[in-house]
Amino acid sequence: MTQKTPGAAPRDVRFDEFHSQHSLKNAAIAARKRNYQDFLIVDVDAHHYESESYADVFEFIESPVIRRHAIESSRRGGRSSMLGGAVGDQGLGGRITRHWLRGKERVEDTSKHRDITTTLRWMDAMGVDYCCLFPTPMLFLGTHPQVEIEVAMARAYNRWLCERILAHEKRIISMLYLPFNDPDETYRMVKDFGDKKGVVGFMITAPRYKPVHDNAYMKTYRLLEEMGKPISFHAAYNWSDQSLALTNRFISVHALGFMWFNMVHMTNWVINGLPERFPKLKVMWIESGLTWAYSLMQRLDHSYMMRTSDCPALKRKPSEYMREMFFSSQPMEIPDDPSILEATFKMIKADTQLVWSSDYPHWDFDLPGVIYDQPFLSEQAKRNILGGNAARFFGLDTAPVKNIPIYE
Amino acid sequence: MTEIFVGKSSNLKDDAQIIVRGARGEIGVFRHEGAFYAYANTCLHSGGPACEGLILPQVVDVIDENRAYRGQVFDETRMHFVCPWHGWEYELKTGVCVGDRKQRLRKYEVVQRGDDVFVIE
Ligand code: FES
Repeated sequence: MTQKTPGAAPRDVRFDEFHSQHSLKNAAIAARKRNYQDFLIVDVDAHHYESESYADVFEFIESPVIRRHAIESSRRGGRSSMLGGAVGDQGLGGRITRHWLRGKERVEDTSKHRDITTTLRWMDAMGVDYCCLFPTPMLFLGTHPQVEIEVAMARAYNRWLCERILAHEKRIISMLYLPFNDPDETYRMVKDFGDKKGVVGFMITAPRYKPVHDNAYMKTYRLLEEMGKPISFHAAYNWSDQSLALTNRFISVHALGFMWFNMVHMTNWVINGLPERFPKLKVMWIESGLTWAYSLMQRLDHSYMMRTSDCPALKRKPSEYMREMFFSSQPMEIPDDPSILEATFKMIKADTQLVWSSDYPHWDFDLPGVIYDQPFLSEQAKRNILGGNAARFFGLDTAPVKNIPIYE
Repeated sequence: MTEIFVGKSSNLKDDAQIIVRGARGEIGVFRHEGAFYAYANTCLHSGGPACEGLILPQVVDVIDENRAYRGQVFDETRMHFVCPWHGWEYELKTGVCVGDRKQRLRKYEVVQRGDDVFVIE
């Protein structure tokens, strides 16, 4: 018997068009099957490519001198420029097709920035109600040798993001970039932007060489604590870092780099007693996966019992402080033996401290299924990790607002 | 057993990639060096459209007689299709997952009747 289903004619795989929602059709089908429409899902770490809007972003640079450098040098792509870029082919030699097809996506609605439309498309496909949007190339800005450029770009991007994106779409929120290499400007950023619409906290990109326990930052932590705004550390790599420069493949620098800087910052944060100094400051660690925390908790606890004199500010074991912080899930390591994952969840107190993240559209994004499909989690734990914990962290409304498309 | 129409052989060029709809979900059909191959279009990783990515050869490290590394080459005799969501690779001729050879995509038989090509589900 020959079947030819109406409306399901054979179709060619095409590499000349793209649609953020249709490319995630299978995710939308999975979302419907799992009834994601019934409960809140918050993505605490998603991205857009702010570099695609540089022409507009640069207009927000306050200094006319730096603005001119930015605009002029960006006109000659591929040559040296004011910002440069990170070495590393995240797109796997073109295998991650959305990275090069995304420019072909058509957006009819010109009344708002296209990033709003494309972001909502993939959010609905995955079943996401709110997403915390971060930039992409700026994840590496913390290693820029010119501190004033980091400050200028951070202020320009944050203002641009608030005015062009966050002001127009309540489902897109952000923790704004802090120009951490300049402690005074870091403080000023929180002061100036802390109460803007959609700003749910502030983010420090992890690859950088300023210790988080430097006294210069205490006034900012205090301000954040008073304002009730969380702080987060977003992982990335720096292939020029002396240790990471020993690696010769992207897989290596990525696997190590995305843990390394957060491990250093976390260690300094805890050992210097910052959780004791700022007990109400909410802290989140983003995009290092889970195993680093599992490991670091054990490492620090083990040494702590012998070396309490090194860290007298602590009143409890390091892991106890860490277990009060929040961890984003992606890229969630899925070991062959599920009992190892279960133990990892237990170690970080996942039911209340783990927050799901997609990292979409980056190459190693996760779907909500990485949490929802874990058989050892109760339905309540799944819902906490997928949205409830983040709602508590950010102070979000818990009513679902998404619209998952129907494909089958 | 159901035969699902894929297309006219005369219209299916070498390296054609076609998606058809089966009762159990989508099926990806490839034409490579004249032969047809068909697999479930659902990636074993996270359910992505495994058959809708690039077709690329296996990358090989060149190691010389002194065990020294001498760069990388493509092995055109071992073609893969790559899931576009995150890059899992599958052997075009078998559907075996390159990163874990214990896993493989569900394979479907492809038949040709005259100029018509069908997948059997
Ligand atoms: S879903 Fe195919 S590689 Fe992830």
